[in-house]
Order: sequence, then C-alpha cells, then structure tokens
Amino acid sequence: MHDQSMSALGAALRARAISARELTEQYLKRIEQLNAKINAYITVTAEQALAAAERADQQLAAGTAGPLTGIPIAHKDIFCTNGVKTSCGSRMLDNFVAPYNATVVERLQAAGMPMLGKTNMDEFAMGSSNETSFFGPVHNPWDLERVPGGSSGGSAAAVAAGLCVAATGTDTGGSIRQPAAFCGVTGIKPTYGRCSRWGMIAFASSLDQAGVFARSAADAALVLQAMAGFDERDSTSAKEPVPDYAAQLEDSIAGLKIGLPKEYFGEGLDPGVAASIEAAIKEYEALGASVREISLPNAPLSVPVYYVVAPAECSSNLARFDGVRYGHRCEAPKDLEDLYKRSRAEGFGPEVKRRIMIGTYVLSAGYYDAYYLKAQQLRHLISDDFSHAFEQVDVIMGPTTPSTAFALGAKSNDPVAMYLNDIYTIATNLAGLPGLSIPVAPADGMPVGLQLIGDVFQEGRLLNIAHRLQQATDWHRMTPSLSAG
Amino acid sequence: MALDTSDVAKIAHLARLAISDGERDHFSTELSSILNLVEQMSAIDTTGVEPMAHPLHMAQRLRPDQVTETDNRDQFQQIAPQTEDGLYLVPKVIE
Repeated sequence: MHDQSMSALGAALRARAISARELTEQYLKRIEQLNAKINAYITVTAEQALAAAERADQQLAAGTAGPLTGIPIAHKDIFCTNGVKTSCGSRMLDNFVAPYNATVVERLQAAGMPMLGKTNMDEFAMGSSNETSFFGPVHNPWDLERVPGGSSGGSAAAVAAGLCVAATGTDTGGSIRQPAAFCGVTGIKPTYGRCSRWGMIAFASSLDQAGVFARSAADAALVLQAMAGFDERDSTSAKEPVPDYAAQLEDSIAGLKIGLPKEYFGEGLDPGVAASIEAAIKEYEALGASVREISLPNAPLSVPVYYVVAPAECSSNLARFDGVRYGHRCEAPKDLEDLYKRSRAEGFGPEVKRRIMIGTYVLSAGYYDAYYLKAQQLRHLISDDFSHAFEQVDVIMGPTTPSTAFALGAKSNDPVAMYLNDIYTIATNLAGLPGLSIPVAPADGMPVGLQLIGDVFQEGRLLNIAHRLQQATDWHRMTPSLSAG
Repeated sequence: MALDTSDVAKIAHLARLAISDGERDHFSTELSSILNLVEQMSAIDTTGVEPMAHPLHMAQRLRPDQVTETDNRDQFQQIAPQTEDGLYLVPKVIE
C-alpha cells in the first residue's frame, strides 16, 4: 500500500476495500520496522492515529468522507499538536507538550487525516542536513550514510520511505524543497502568507511558510487544498481565495514559457545534477513548452542577505525561550540572569546559538544600518529581479540543490559550506514566492530535484506544471529499496 | 569583519547565553566566517533603494480591540517549570 497514490488510496477507502484503521495499522507497522534505521519520527502517536482512523471509518461508512479522510499524515515537529510533545528538534522543548493545535494541524485533522506522529527536523528548523536535531540525524532512505536534507528532513525521509502518505513541512530558506530533492519526493513551499503560521514555532517570521511533502504533485495538491487559506489568528495570513488545485492539474502546458536563470547553472553545479535538469527541461519542450535564458542578477547575494535577515528574526523570536513559562530550565539558578543564561545555553544546540548571536550582533547599536537595513534593501532588489523575470516567462526552473545528498558529517563542522547548499532556494523565500521541487532522473543512484518557481499565489499553476511532467515520466515513482531490521 | 573573544562575550551576554572560555574561541572563529560571507553585501550600491519590510508589500492587518481568548491559565501553567498560586516562580529579583 505504501507506494500508492493518495487518490488510489482514497478510492480504496471509499470502496471499503480497506478500512482507515487497517491502512493506519499498516503504516504504524512499517514505522515500527523501519524508523530505527531512518530516525524520521521523534514521536509516534499510534493511539491517537488509530482513534482518528476509527472516526474516519465512521465518516466513510456514513458517506460523509472527503478526499483525505482516512489518509495517514505526519507533521513536522515544529507544528504544535494538542497534548503531544512538540520539540522543534530541540532539548529546549524536549519536555514541551503543546496546549493547542496549529491551524494547519487543525485543518488537516478536520479533513479526516489521522496523524501518525511528529517528524524529526533540524533544531528550530536551522540547518540543511537534519544533523542539528537534538534527537540525532535522519538517515536518507536512498543511502543511509547520507543526509536527508533539512530542515524538514524527517518529513521528506518519511514520505520517501513510505512511513506516511504525506507530511507537512516548513520552508524558511529551502527547508521543504532541499530535503524533497535529496529524498526524491515532491515538496511545495507556497507563497508567503498562503498557509497559516499560527501554532508553527517561529524561526524567521518574514520568511517562514508551511507546505507539503507527497509522492506526487497530484497528492500534494489535495493536502495543500485543505491546509491553505486565510486565518485571522495569523496577522500575516493572506486574504486571498484558495483556487481548486485539483481542478487545475490537467490544464494544458502547451505554449508555457519557461525561464532558466543563468545564475542557477553556473560554477558549483554538479555535472550529474545539471544533466538530469537538462533532461527534464527537454521533456517540457516535448510537452509544448518553450525555454529561454533569463537573469536574476542579484540572486547570488541571497545567501549573505538571508544570513542577516533570518538570524536577526530568529534572535528576536527565540528570546521567548527563557526557562520561565515552559521549556527547559537549568538546575538551581542563583539569580534571574543565571536562570536565563544557563537555561538557554543548555537548551539550545551550537547552530541555534550561532544564529542567535549573529542576529543579536547585526541588530545591536551601531550595526543596524550596515547589516539589517542593507539586507532589506538588497532583498528588494532580489524581489524586483523576479518581478522582471515574470514579465517575460510563466515559470522559472532550475536545480533545487547544487549536488545530490552529501554524506553525514561532510559539512557539519563548516557552517558556511552548509549554508551555501541553499544557494538556489533562498531567493524564493526572500521574495515570498511559491517554489516546488520534483524528482527527476537520478544522478549516480541518488535523487535530483527540479525546482519550479512561480509568481505570487501561483501554487495551482506550479502543481499543474509539475503534474504534467509526472504524467509523462516515471521519475516520481522510484522508491528506495529498504529492508526491515 | 572579525569578532574577537571579547566581542563574543558581549554578544552572548546581550543574547543571554552562558558560554565558557573555550566556546568563546570557537564562536569567534565561526561567527567571523559567517560575517565574512555577509560582507559580500557591500559589493552592491543600494543608495536610495527602499528597504523591503514585507515580502508581499502588504500592510499590517489590524483587528478590533476585543477579547477573543478565554482564560487558560491553569492549562498553560501545567507545562511551566515552577508555579505557585497561579504565578510563575523565578529566583528572587528584589532583596
């Protein structure tokens, strides 16, 4: 069952060929067999999943089921889940049981999706390899010695390994698209403000956005449909109507104008990855699309700009973790300052500390104009580059990452080398645009992701463009060979 | 831009992070290498460019000043490290 599409599973559930309880049990069993190898889940919520599956079965029997009723999902451990540990991959929140559900969780629960558990992630979503998690790294299902990508590495690996049908993730600088590329699954980061951030633990509030991992664009469309939309509890939620994504999937892409930014095909791109991307672009041409080179001249500055904006916002957001109201508290504090300093020093790992300190520095008196203001100005230029590009083309395509998944430990001692892995994904977040990664031809046996970037609120068009390729090719159907043990 | 260990100590204090002497050396190297990356920004002249405050250039939405939440104090304090009579406890601040 674990390699079937969501619509096939939905049809089997509605035809009563399988019950939601049986389907959930199968996934729980697979998690039991394989999670020790992959470490994709921090928490497995078997009891809640089975109870939700039984409610789904009642709806299926009553004929009130929707397209997602009874389909098991996993949530990144950054989303608050009522009564369930929500660790954000950190020792700081190892003892945190959320007292409410995130809007995204609430909506998918209302759609009838049983939650199998909470997936592993880089600590506070800060990382590109899942190695900064307090709960240990996730192993890439395609090669257990390699990273799954990050920060939503557990969600990507869980979908790739068939440990859930779909999973939620968040993307601040590439944290959905990069692990989707490394694990060979489909991942979409919607437009900033498309999905509610309420109950999603904040990292960099002007960049964070929730999205989906699934085995295909068609599956992702169904989940995004249920997640997206205005939420008055998130002050940056967009008041834009949500179109019917599934209805758009089959639209023709004849005459589609694809832009290839020359900055995304230069030095530093692995030749094997480049060849896979070129092969996918050729498929699009065969489907009637036209291709032209474009330029995003300021895109190469997106990494430096990001490493001012994101740490600045993180240093402010993470100030709330002070050992007073919830989360980790140090033993025997001698005074209030000692309580703050030791609770935070013990609760946060090295990458989170680095980013808090960089953020604190760039926001400190005398440095604000040189760093934060300058970064926000450059952010405007990066965003304008995209606006100009979308006057000429319908969609921008390129590699999601410069290489395939790297070995565990290969970059963990060099923060800057790790940061440069997100060179093709970060600009999209700075401009607030939707981005999607789909698996294309592997390179040396490892998955490669093709990135699609659209104009604001063009998620439906991106899913449509991805779906058309997935109808014409089998790349998204490849699965890693995993044996229990 | 290079940060020395005394810069790191000052930043760590502002961020309320306890760090040991050994960590100070380590962080000064790492933070300096990150700031070197960030220095690439200075290659572009941004004179007169409006800073981007919101990715979609939207204005901040306001809501009526009405009570929308109920009192969940007891529930929220169940996950607190230390409370007493509905108050959060911290070490004595005023002698």
